[in-house]
Amino acid sequence: MNRQAQAVVLFLFGGAILKASLTDLYLRYVKEGLRPFLIAAGAALVLAAIMTLWYDIRGARDGDGAHDGDGARDGDEGHDGDVVHDDHDDHGHAHHEPRVGWLLILPVLGLLLVAPPALGSYTADQSGTVQIGAESDYPPLPDGDPVTVGLLDYASRVIYDEGRSLEGRRLRLTGFVATGDDGVPMLARIVVSCCAADGRPIKVGLTGGPLVDVPAGTWLEVTGRYTGKRGKDPVNQADIAFVEVQQWQPVSPPKQQYE
Amino acid sequence: MTDTIQRTRGRSVEVEVLAVLLVLLVIFRGRLAGIVSGAALQTWTTVFVSVLVQAVPFLVFGVLLSAVIAVFVPRSFWARALPNHPALAVPAASMAGVILPGCECGAVPIAGSLIRRGVTPAAALAFLLAAPAINPIVLTATAVAFPGNPEMVLARGLASLAVAIVMGWLWLRLGRSEWIRLPRRPDLDGASKGRAFWSACRHDVVHAGGFLVIGAAAAATINVVVPEAWLQTLAAQPVLSVLALAVLAVLLSICSEADAFVAASLSQFSLTSRLAFLVVGPMVDLKLISMQAGVFGRRFAVRFAPATFVLAVLAAVGAGAVLL
Repeated sequence: MNRQAQAVVLFLFGGAILKASLTDLYLRYVKEGLRPFLIAAGAALVLAAIMTLWYDIRGARDGDGAHDGDGARDGDEGHDGDVVHDDHDDHGHAHHEPRVGWLLILPVLGLLLVAPPALGSYTADQSGTVQIGAESDYPPLPDGDPVTVGLLDYASRVIYDEGRSLEGRRLRLTGFVATGDDGVPMLARIVVSCCAADGRPIKVGLTGGPLVDVPAGTWLEVTGRYTGKRGKDPVNQADIAFVEVQQWQPVSPPKQQYE
Repeated sequence: MTDTIQRTRGRSVEVEVLAVLLVLLVIFRGRLAGIVSGAALQTWTTVFVSVLVQAVPFLVFGVLLSAVIAVFVPRSFWARALPNHPALAVPAASMAGVILPGCECGAVPIAGSLIRRGVTPAAALAFLLAAPAINPIVLTATAVAFPGNPEMVLARGLASLAVAIVMGWLWLRLGRSEWIRLPRRPDLDGASKGRAFWSACRHDVVHAGGFLVIGAAAAATINVVVPEAWLQTLAAQPVLSVLALAVLAVLLSICSEADAFVAASLSQFSLTSRLAFLVVGPMVDLKLISMQAGVFGRRFAVRFAPATFVLAVLAAVGAGAVLL
């Protein structure tokens, strides 16, 4: 892989990172907090590509092969004494530099052409519900009727606080449909702590109310009430909280799909 | 002269091939997206892309720092900064890992750069192992992930530090310098500082980044094909569960800043086995092995990774027995 090809690959890679982080695309893969670092890293990659091309063109204009990083100057061995340098990888000829670099095209394709969706019902079917930690105390829910509650918050209040802070409130939960035990639909959301690679589902069972007859993966807004009913996740036997559905309606996926 | 002409031709063909490839991909974009429509393949792609996107800032930060080390920090600095005796330089370098807030992807090029600049390989390797595991961000994440078990933070820090130091000493005793084969950098000598800096950046990103792609692909594959139900049956057995989570840490290749949250979610496993997950993960995993093979050479990686794995499991079990 020669330097110009490397510069092009670097430029594309940095550009793909920049495009993903300047739009909302990056939210499908990582947490919001990474955005400034992604922008900085993408800009640095693009800059590295530009500087490479610049030095390359300037070197070519100088016309003395010495600046080309070619076999002419490999006096590096003498300094490092105890370390053997690998001749195989990028000896003399510029176009024998790391071939593995071509692989950087793959994430560029992944980001620019495929742009895979956020994790959803497939992951929810494959993995058990997230193990919720107990909070030290559960403050009352904010005002509002219905009041919007996250799935993690809801499940934690149900399992560790016996739903005390939920009694008598109309709740609004948002998530996508996942298939539970015996094909009964559940409401789920993927919890991500760092990037989608560690994403795990939080699942909440649905009981009562109108039958949820939309395919898995459809995003729903469910309005309902606390119920004492509990279940077990079929994958990892963890406790699952239920919500008593009053009504539900399909909605478009939120900007931030992870919780 | 003929050489120059040939080189020019080789260069232009590569860039043209790249251009044609990209044009074709853009044309067949719809079909490409169609291939990736199966649920499993789609999940694979999402995980693959997200491992890479997550690692990029750390990779770029690590590469910039390693280029600074390679170009702007004089060799004499390392002679003064680290104790002269290699056996003392190892723990000093391990402790220095505390100040590098990042994950393992950045540490590999930095360690390579340190060796290039004349730091004894044992100390650079100790730094490589310690930096991703014991820095403040990772330990804070561990504390947040295990709110009920603050001893996990201590156990993780001490066990990781111990593995890094012992591996450094082992390298002094058993390691052979010819196992490490750093790619030659002809363009760093004699060039202006600016040119050398950008040249080092370009080379390291393309090189380490390429191996990161291999590692991310492997991790995504494991993520999609290993059913979680298998883990459930292992959790009940004390010895197997430690090994299972240690192997899982290698396979999943999760960034060290995130692995504590994953470990916390594996709550059917014992604390000791989860500690093994946290100690092994930042030191040995698929993407690291791939990057180490790229930066230090294959002969190095096939020896270094298994030895580190065994030591890390032992250290985790030891720390678990005493502290947890």
